[in-house]
Amino acid sequence: MRKLHQVAVATACAISAIMLSGSVLAQEAGAKKAEPTGKELAFERKKGNCLACHAMPTQPDAESAGLYGPPLIAMSARFPDKAKLRAQIWDATVANPSSTMIPFGKHGVLSEKEIDKITDFVYGL
Amino acid sequence: MKQKIITKLLTGMAGLGIALGAATAFATPESDRQELIKYYTTKYPNVKLEDYVYGALAFDADSKAQYDAIMEFPPYLGEIDKGRKMWETPLKSGKTYAQCMPNGGKDIAGIYPQFDEAKGKVVVLKNVINDCRVANGEEPYEFDDGKTMGLLTAYMRTLSDGMLTNIKVEGPKATAAYEAGKKTFYSRSGQLNFACASCHVQNGGNRLRSELLSPVIGQTTHWPVFRGGEKLTTLQDRYKGCFKSVRAVAAGAGSETLNNLEYFHSAMSNGLPMKASVFRK
Repeated sequence: MRKLHQVAVATACAISAIMLSGSVLAQEAGAKKAEPTGKELAFERKKGNCLACHAMPTQPDAESAGLYGPPLIAMSARFPDKAKLRAQIWDATVANPSSTMIPFGKHGVLSEKEIDKITDFVYGL
Repeated sequence: MKQKIITKLLTGMAGLGIALGAATAFATPESDRQELIKYYTTKYPNVKLEDYVYGALAFDADSKAQYDAIMEFPPYLGEIDKGRKMWETPLKSGKTYAQCMPNGGKDIAGIYPQFDEAKGKVVVLKNVINDCRVANGEEPYEFDDGKTMGLLTAYMRTLSDGMLTNIKVEGPKATAAYEAGKKTFYSRSGQLNFACASCHVQNGGNRLRSELLSPVIGQTTHWPVFRGGEKLTTLQDRYKGCFKSVRAVAAGAGSETLNNLEYFHSAMSNGLPMKASVFRK
């Protein structure tokens, strides 16, 4: 059931991505996949997989979220300095050595560009 | 006042010790176990210690009810029966496994892994089976071969159902093996930088996505499990799965690293009853 749901979500994401960047895609004739958005990177299991640990109460499609980490809400108020939020995603063990958050930047789980995009998305939550 | 601060500081440090698994010179397997029990019974006062053998199910009444219903007629009984046939089939020498093992192989699973002084290393129950096979003219089984070793241990462990886990760590060599296993358990590894303890100490009873994480206590009592009905998964298969999930290179089944890990891990379930084999989704 959950798998079905994932497929549905993935399909919906894919469709909206195609619709949003339809003209670009048409020009490139499907030679190159559209660049994933920050939200897509955050949701993608093989990328940020943020929902494994964090709920996103303001995102209706953020389902089956884990409780491992704190919910991501009011982020711009909690992290007035966006660079600090980015640093937290890059390597949370700097601020708290016993943090179990994956050091996405330090261990190269995500590229610098991907972290920028995810930071922008999370900052807006 | 000063004393109070020092006491507070020490308590805090002890707490940190549990969280980070810092080995102190005074830690013994028994004190390690007691600290984990204290940590969990404080965090989850409503979960009974004896229910930790159910793993994550102890933290979710609905899942536990489903499990109970499935366990009335377990879907894997045919698999266990294959293991029973293997157990009863005489080896080349004419002897059976039961004749080759202490107490006929009954109620012995709870004392494994144990440190074998003669071999100078930790032996797990599968080593006992292979020793039997070799001594009676057979080739040893591969540790991670589900069709042979897996099914045989699945049946053999049912002979120890209800036996209390009783892992002994005595002498300097055994202690060194225990400490090595403990170090593996508490050390972060892989690209995702998790230790076993990250999930199964710090976050046991918590949800990762929609999955409840099982706590370290009681974890070793119920293997192998039949996942989704008939898919046999041994404890060391599961270890390998965990290492893979955190994108680490896993040691092989039956390796010294995993056997030492199983030694430490099992000692944390001392006093809890064996519960094999069981269903897991």
